[in-house]
Amino acid sequence: MSNFQTNPVAFVREGMIPSAPPPYTAGGPIKWLRENLFATPANALLTIVAAYVIYLVLASTLPWVLNGVWTANSLAECREILNGTSGACLAVLTERWPQLLFGFKYPSDQYWRPALAFALLFVAVAPVLFFDLPRKLLTITALYPFVAFWLIWGGTILAPILALVGCVGGYLVYQRFVKGSFAIGFFGGIAAAFVIWMVGGALIPDGASENSILTAIPSRDLGGFMLNMMLGVTCVSLSIPIGIALALGRQSRLPLIKIICVVFIEFIRGVPLITLLFVANVMLAYFFPPNSSVDLFLRVVIMITMFSAAYIAEVIRGGLAALPTGQYEAANSLGLDYAQAMRLIILPQALKISIPGIVNVAVGLFKDTTLVSVISMFDLLGMIRGPILASTEWNGVYWELLGFAALLFFVVCYGISQYSQWLERRLATGHR
Amino acid sequence: MTTLTDPPRAGFRLYLLFNDTRYRSLTFQAIALMLLIFAFAYLGSNLFRNLTAAGLNISYDFLGSSAGYDINQRLIEYDSQSTNARAAVVGILNTLLVAFLACVTATIFGVIAGVLRLSNNWLVSKLMAFYVEIFRNIPVLIWIIIIFTIMTAVLPGPNKFRGDSATASMVLDMFAFTNRGIYVPAPTWGAGSSILVLTFIASIAGIFAYRRYTTKLLYDTGRLLPVFWPSIALLLMPTILMYFVLGRPVGLDLPELRGFNFQGGLKIGGPLIALWFALSVYTGAFIAENVRAGIQSVSKGQTEAALALGLRPGRVMNLVVLPQALRVIIPPLISQFLNITKNSSLAIAVGYADVTATLGGITLNQTGRAIECVVLLMLFYLTISLSISAIMNVYNNSVKLKER
Repeated sequence: MSNFQTNPVAFVREGMIPSAPPPYTAGGPIKWLRENLFATPANALLTIVAAYVIYLVLASTLPWVLNGVWTANSLAECREILNGTSGACLAVLTERWPQLLFGFKYPSDQYWRPALAFALLFVAVAPVLFFDLPRKLLTITALYPFVAFWLIWGGTILAPILALVGCVGGYLVYQRFVKGSFAIGFFGGIAAAFVIWMVGGALIPDGASENSILTAIPSRDLGGFMLNMMLGVTCVSLSIPIGIALALGRQSRLPLIKIICVVFIEFIRGVPLITLLFVANVMLAYFFPPNSSVDLFLRVVIMITMFSAAYIAEVIRGGLAALPTGQYEAANSLGLDYAQAMRLIILPQALKISIPGIVNVAVGLFKDTTLVSVISMFDLLGMIRGPILASTEWNGVYWELLGFAALLFFVVCYGISQYSQWLERRLATGHR
Repeated sequence: MTTLTDPPRAGFRLYLLFNDTRYRSLTFQAIALMLLIFAFAYLGSNLFRNLTAAGLNISYDFLGSSAGYDINQRLIEYDSQSTNARAAVVGILNTLLVAFLACVTATIFGVIAGVLRLSNNWLVSKLMAFYVEIFRNIPVLIWIIIIFTIMTAVLPGPNKFRGDSATASMVLDMFAFTNRGIYVPAPTWGAGSSILVLTFIASIAGIFAYRRYTTKLLYDTGRLLPVFWPSIALLLMPTILMYFVLGRPVGLDLPELRGFNFQGGLKIGGPLIALWFALSVYTGAFIAENVRAGIQSVSKGQTEAALALGLRPGRVMNLVVLPQALRVIIPPLISQFLNITKNSSLAIAVGYADVTATLGGITLNQTGRAIECVVLLMLFYLTISLSISAIMNVYNNSVKLKER
């Protein structure tokens, strides 16, 4: 002790030493590399294999794409320009661009019509997809089908106007009677719309489409990616209400209705889409009245709509089953009848749960629209496999065309699935 | 003072059919039934009138008549003189063949990709995410055509294998990848090979018996015997021994270039490869997502609890995580198998002779019996789907959590 007194320590640190930086291997990119890529020898091996695979893919495709020729009139000309070096002949895309998008029969001076309809599609769909937009924009959405129909098919403007008037008439009748009973309003509205269409259809003169502002274009002239988009959008939007009805029918307590819905859903889900397209192609015409000509496009729309309605019904049934029984009981105890309970309490919640599933069905359906090329409709894939690859100029340009088709579908489908994920996060207002 | 009496028995009024809950459900069902009958009658009468107008009738006699076309890919005897019914059976077997092959490989791809997507390795998990997104978002028909194009347009023709200046060569002298298909060695079954096969089956049975014995020993005495290496030995040793004892009864018939084409071996046609591989990678991407979801659905507490009990990591996987994950994985996996079977109907796009291509394609076009062919085709797919659904229901009931 005394020793301590006599020999005082020479130096006492009074402040804290600032902490030393971590060893360079325990931070920054090196740490990240060690943890994420080279954690164990096996992991390092995996990394090397993966990197090699990526290198192989990039090394074979990148120079080929970057070295691509964008302007040429045929494969031979393309090869001349490339002069033996490896490169893509992307000129086929620029030269056949309108054909890839609109098919080979759509009159080329009318391309602006489907293009405009496509642009308007985004305006019409926006208020449905994004709830923050003003609700008044939904009017545009309601008008869109008629405008798009007129733009794409042309012909007399009276037809879409009549269709619109029928819908408005039906809606007014529905509004008038829905207070009393939903069923009367609903079926009355449908009946009113049919009456208007029948009467109006008789009034439209026969030669109305001859001298119209927009030339009439028959369905068989539609093609290309436009056909895929049209089939996808039409069938998905038509099949959602049908799917809801089927799902409710399948849950119904009325045995007959339940049996009808179950048989329909299981039958459609049990057979491949291609057999349904065969039905549309070769068999459905027999079931229409003699001498009526229902064109192939409409027959295909009917069958694909039935197909996707069955799948959407199963998705919505899942949503209905996921709701706690308390919700149904609460609706009953409030004195709501079946239609009110469904419209105000059950369906809003069930549909919210079903959104990811419905989007999955929509993406799958959009991909499946390529199958119409098998029944000789010239959609994007049908155009590529038929007129373009068979032409003398572009015989043998497989990869550019197939790659383009794959890219186009990827962009659309990936976009839709990203939207669905965003929506799921957005709607996650439930209990956590 | 009032007394409770029966409500006055008012006479039956028409509106009661809609407003009285006693009658309402019957009324609605009656309306639905009438609409249904009306719809069927309407469609049926249209069908009848259209058929009489076209001079057609519904008859399945064409099934018994000679088909008159050839099928390259066949599992049973068939020639152009065979009946349409036999052509349909050839098609059905081809459908089942490609569906079975694709189910097996799709499961392998899917499990590997799903597990690797959860890997700690950043590069590998991103690569697998890329694989899943790429294949899920591009139509399967495009993939089938892309792979078919590789098979026919990129692979060398058999003549490229010939001569001194051959530009192509066989892999390991056993496999030849040509634009006419892939040639692989075929086994030849000599005398005594049946004994060999029986030995192999017996050794597999032996493995099961051994495993059961080790489990029993473990539960009874707590003694743990090694399982993996004895199983491998049981699987291989008897068969290899028998192979040499019997004097090598099973040989390999190697494909060989003779004349203009390869002879011998087993030829797997380009359409089959395209369909098989495309369905496998496409459905594999979906299965990968199912596998990932299944593994992630097992809560981390389960793993931690198992580790806290002192189980080794391998046993944690086998005894705790996998049984719980499989309950989530298997139902969607089976519906993916169903999707493979249904998507195999796209064979028609590359000319693989499945049932859609024979019965719904050539037979339909040659006989003009559209309605009959399409109905038979749908019945076939419906039978398959409904039986798979039935199996799935049985499985779901057996693995359902037993809750009070």
